[in-house]
Amino acid sequence: MRGHLAGRLLQVIPTILVVSILVFALQQLMPGDPAVVLAGEERGDPVVLAQIRAELWLDRSLPVQYLHWIGGVLRGDLGFSWRIRQPIVELVLTKLPVTLQLAGMAFVIAMCIGVPAGILSATYRNRPLDYIANLIGLAGLSTPNFWLGIMLILLVSVQLGWLPPSGYVPLAEDWRQSLATTIMPAFVLGNAIAAILMRHTRSAMLTALDQDYVRTARAKGLRERTVVLRHAFRNALVPVVTLGALELGTLLSGAVLTEQVFSIPGFGKLVVDAVFNRDYPVVQGVVLVTAGLFILLNLLADVLYVVINPRLRTA
Amino acid sequence: MSETRSPARLALARFRARPAAVIGFVVIALLVLMAVAAPLVSPYDPIATSWTAIRKAPSWQHPMGTDENGRDVLSRVVFGARASLLAGVVSVLIAAGIGVPVGLLAGFAGGWVDGVIGRVVDAMLACPFLILAIALAAFLGPALTNAMIAIGVTAAPVFVRVARGATMDAATNDYVEAARATGNPPWRVALRHVLPNIVPPILVQATLAIAAAIIAEASLSFLGLGQQPPAPSWGSMLNSAQRFLTQAPWLAVFPGAAIFLAVLAFNLVGDGLRDALDPRRR
Repeated sequence: MRGHLAGRLLQVIPTILVVSILVFALQQLMPGDPAVVLAGEERGDPVVLAQIRAELWLDRSLPVQYLHWIGGVLRGDLGFSWRIRQPIVELVLTKLPVTLQLAGMAFVIAMCIGVPAGILSATYRNRPLDYIANLIGLAGLSTPNFWLGIMLILLVSVQLGWLPPSGYVPLAEDWRQSLATTIMPAFVLGNAIAAILMRHTRSAMLTALDQDYVRTARAKGLRERTVVLRHAFRNALVPVVTLGALELGTLLSGAVLTEQVFSIPGFGKLVVDAVFNRDYPVVQGVVLVTAGLFILLNLLADVLYVVINPRLRTA
Repeated sequence: MSETRSPARLALARFRARPAAVIGFVVIALLVLMAVAAPLVSPYDPIATSWTAIRKAPSWQHPMGTDENGRDVLSRVVFGARASLLAGVVSVLIAAGIGVPVGLLAGFAGGWVDGVIGRVVDAMLACPFLILAIALAAFLGPALTNAMIAIGVTAAPVFVRVARGATMDAATNDYVEAARATGNPPWRVALRHVLPNIVPPILVQATLAIAAAIIAEASLSFLGLGQQPPAPSWGSMLNSAQRFLTQAPWLAVFPGAAIFLAVLAFNLVGDGLRDALDPRRR
């Protein structure tokens, strides 16, 4: 098991390296000269332009620029935002908790809907309940996040007036208000993951229900409930947890639009605002950080897989 | 008689036995027809503004109402199908065009070639899909063409994975071994003997990817990075609808329902194809 994990850790290094090169390469796609953008009013002055280029190392060769940039990243320096004139690390650290709260709530909601639905669907395989659950799941997968958000605002906030349509209150400030502002976006975000989790749970449960130990448990005369939940589900949980951890990455992507719809000042709003302000270093920083988080989650999923699967523990 | 039926025919028969998949197929056919015949089908000009018909609720005259510039929503939804379907198909063609040859190469060549391609694919898959697509679209500049390129490039790694896996699967077949042994050059073995075998999984992946690409295009257009106004697109219609949610809710309902319908149809067909083409899954 140690060997397996060590191997995975070693595999992560080249992946991170390639991610960093890709993110760096994004800069080369950028239209126009960054020095001209940064110079603003003084863009006609060659002295100012040369000064900015020297400051940002833009006058060096690409490999040197890359090494300079990645050296900064390794020391925890993602560079400066062109618009807000703030270190990108600071921006990321203030916005990330908001998105993590949203993603965490979404994940809990998705688990609470997806896993029981998957169990039911597998237990009643090829019966009406299974078909209905599958259809609802497919509908969930086919609904664009932002449209579901807009429709919910229309129904819950505009028509019924139950929840605020937008805005965000930090958890530390007032937890009730915080939940009231995030429950709807979290549901929107969790909806698609719920459908994916349902599919994973269903197929894992079908595999588990087909095993000999389930037949033995049934033959012993155990109640069907006990067989399904204690015997089959505990084994089906392994792939579900692993695949579930991977879906957290999808949540980060989905958060971009959900935050936009509900005007929540998180990570997604940061990247969208940066795109429109042509604040490219921020876009780069966000892509790099989310990719790093995703790789970390992948690794975590692998570790979880070993930890919760007793069969792999002794190997 | 069943022995004389080709695998493709058998798959078609299995596909037809699934009502959900057939319904999905019919919906797609109708949407394509609507997009192609948009000028004939739509009752009004989709970009003609009218100051006397601003934000009118749905009526017999305007079944889906009118928008903030007095444009007929139904006509815009009909023409919007063009942007969505085009983006769905073109970005998947880009993704498969990059992904399939690269995956075929990785699976067939193996060794360090496979290793290098594998790391690049891992790295691209590590970046959350939409964030990478947004970043690419932003760096390329807002336009429908750039959105399609951004989505296509971002979706390519999945095709590399599917093509690579299927290639490695197919390469273990005896007839591939035989083709190699009889002295066929590697490219010939890859194209003539392996490629036809990897078509079914690619087809399934492509159908599901069109569904994802339609959502991605709508998302980029919603953010203002796709189809530019006044040309209609379902995503950008939702963007402007957000500003009039209390006064004109119909502006948000219809374009979103159109996206939902198109994506659901492609997902249904993709699921049906997967079950029809892979007999093991039955």
